[in-house]
Amino acid sequence: MSSAIPLLLAIGLGLAGWLVARGRAWKFRSEAAGGRLASLPVYHAWYAALWIGGPVLIFGVIWNAIRGNLILQHALASPDAAGLPAFGMRRDAILREAQNVASGVSDRVIIPEAEGLVEPFREAAMLYDGIGIAVALVLALIGAVWVFMRLKPGFAARTKVERGVLSVLFLASLVAILTTFGIFITLVFETIRFFGMVSPIDFLFGTHWGPDPMAAVSSTDGSRYGAIPLFWGTIFIGAIIAMIVAIPLGLMSAIYLTQYANPNLRKWIKPALEILAGVPTVVYGYFAALTIAPAIREIATSVGITNASSESALAAGLVMGVMIIPFVSSMADDSIAAVPQAMRDGSLAMGATTNETIRRVLIPAALPGIVAGIMLAVSRAIGETMIVVMAAGYAANLSANPLEAMTTVTVQIVAMLTGEASMDHPATLSAFALGFVLFIITLILNVIALRVVKRFREAYE
Amino acid sequence: MVTEQTPMTTPAEAEPKGEPKIRATDVSVYYGDKKAIDQVSIDIHTEHVTAFIGPSGCGKSTFLRSLNRMNDTIPSARMEGTIELDGEDIYHSGMDVVQLRARVGMVFQKPNPFPKSIYENIAYGPRIHGLAETKGELDTIVERSLQRAGLWEEVKDRIEDSGTALSGGQQQRLCIARAIAVDPEVILMDEPCSALDPIATAKIEELIDELRGRYAIVIVTHSMQQAARVSQRTAFFHLGHLVEYGHTSDIFTNPRQRRTQDYITGRYG
Repeated sequence: MSSAIPLLLAIGLGLAGWLVARGRAWKFRSEAAGGRLASLPVYHAWYAALWIGGPVLIFGVIWNAIRGNLILQHALASPDAAGLPAFGMRRDAILREAQNVASGVSDRVIIPEAEGLVEPFREAAMLYDGIGIAVALVLALIGAVWVFMRLKPGFAARTKVERGVLSVLFLASLVAILTTFGIFITLVFETIRFFGMVSPIDFLFGTHWGPDPMAAVSSTDGSRYGAIPLFWGTIFIGAIIAMIVAIPLGLMSAIYLTQYANPNLRKWIKPALEILAGVPTVVYGYFAALTIAPAIREIATSVGITNASSESALAAGLVMGVMIIPFVSSMADDSIAAVPQAMRDGSLAMGATTNETIRRVLIPAALPGIVAGIMLAVSRAIGETMIVVMAAGYAANLSANPLEAMTTVTVQIVAMLTGEASMDHPATLSAFALGFVLFIITLILNVIALRVVKRFREAYE
Repeated sequence: MVTEQTPMTTPAEAEPKGEPKIRATDVSVYYGDKKAIDQVSIDIHTEHVTAFIGPSGCGKSTFLRSLNRMNDTIPSARMEGTIELDGEDIYHSGMDVVQLRARVGMVFQKPNPFPKSIYENIAYGPRIHGLAETKGELDTIVERSLQRAGLWEEVKDRIEDSGTALSGGQQQRLCIARAIAVDPEVILMDEPCSALDPIATAKIEELIDELRGRYAIVIVTHSMQQAARVSQRTAFFHLGHLVEYGHTSDIFTNPRQRRTQDYITGRYG
């Protein structure tokens, strides 16, 4: 409850500032000689709201972060806290209980030692909430004085507000960038820790993957961390089998939609195709595991292959290929449609058929866009987890037989992180090293794809 | 002012001999419900340059595109009347549009070379029509077409460079060479110089005059000076009607119709 107070204060005071400043601006306008202001009243209003509400909001965020700790320190300083155990789970439980009762989350004490601490917590909370509100009000007041001293008929409030909006937009874009950066840093640190236990040579070139989460950290066996079978599984399922499905189907549907389908049909088929991209991957996973994998095994058995397993790279790859059809087809569709009509006309006027025009002019001209689409699809496919977990399994096989169970980098990341080993065990840390490799590969694929797309855009102004 | 236009050829030279190459009879073209061309009849002769002039939206490009059935690519377009090429109805159900377009080539307003090499641009047509059996034959066709289009000397050392890397005027001559490569009988040109500078325009006009000896050329143009310079016969279109058709010198010096006179003297359009 009390954490919402600064927010409410910021909104309330900001709104008040907004209204007052706008009223004042209207008054300036009626009093001013020419009846003109440098900025519209609404900008005066937003200027006031930003300077009054903004500092309160920032203070509120900081205050919420430190308030709990301040209250805790204050309560511990009271004489009632003298009898607490010095540390351990019991002490934490008592403190939590007292705090919950004090703030009204629970209504009575179960642990008797907590009884005496409820009152100090309640007092501390009241004290600090009071301080918090007082500081917020003072900040709002300072902001208001500053604003109303500056707001004059000739004041350029609009440029100031625009600058304020600009910095908000900048911060918003910074969030995504900082997150990516943060993820990258985490990966790098954990990967370095992992490579302190297992040599990068063993990891990158070893052909046996079988981490033992139960083994002691000190007796780490590097030869159990060979990631080649995982890389192979990833490439075989994501970049080979899935692409054999997705590239022809995606390309053909794009050609049909851009060149042959009548506009009404296109209006229905294109969104329907794009729905495929919106189906949760876990649903594809069911489909792969419950329908496709058994069907493949039956077919394999009926042609005499008896050792076909119920989990297979083929099932996962086929379903994944269907999943990424929309990636290939919508990029191909866009780039074929972007080839100027003049190219098509030029070819048709030479006496080429539609078919020849597509094969010899449109596809070559659209090729960069198509390639970029395929690369984005590959990077999507190798990052995919759920389908592979459900349909291809966990067994790290280094094999070219698509009917065998296989596993991928992403699946092993999940397996290692959710395993029983502790956080500083090499089995767990290997997840970060795998993630790091995956991150680098998809990054490279995306960069190449974006560059190709950029060059393609330049070609037709 | 009108008399300042001096055609390159005298009316005597322009007198057509024999049967017309293309005979259009009562041609009407509709886009949906809109009538773009209304009952146009015209004879087009070989070894002549025929210019279509008229204000924007008068239907001259539409009519041009109906001569090689390029209007077929526009779903809402519909055509009435007959157009005969050497006495054969080109809208007849037995007419192969691929063969028709090999005989009636087209050059567009904006140069539209394919994003391929210069060589591949020219070789495109001969390949799809199977005109060359060997690489040597194809090379010959490419060289001859570029020579006829007056481009050979400029590009012979960079024949494998991209066609889109040429200048605008060179690109347009490349497109003309591309059209020539399949050995057509008629070449349709839809405002071929409107995207070019005056020097490039002069080169194209020179080329058109040279090509006249071999082909029937039909050119749509916005520039009356250009029509006067390159054509022997001129057709004036207005609001979908063919207002006047005759020797270029007659049209420009002695128009029979009031509307033609108003247009060529710059009163509208």
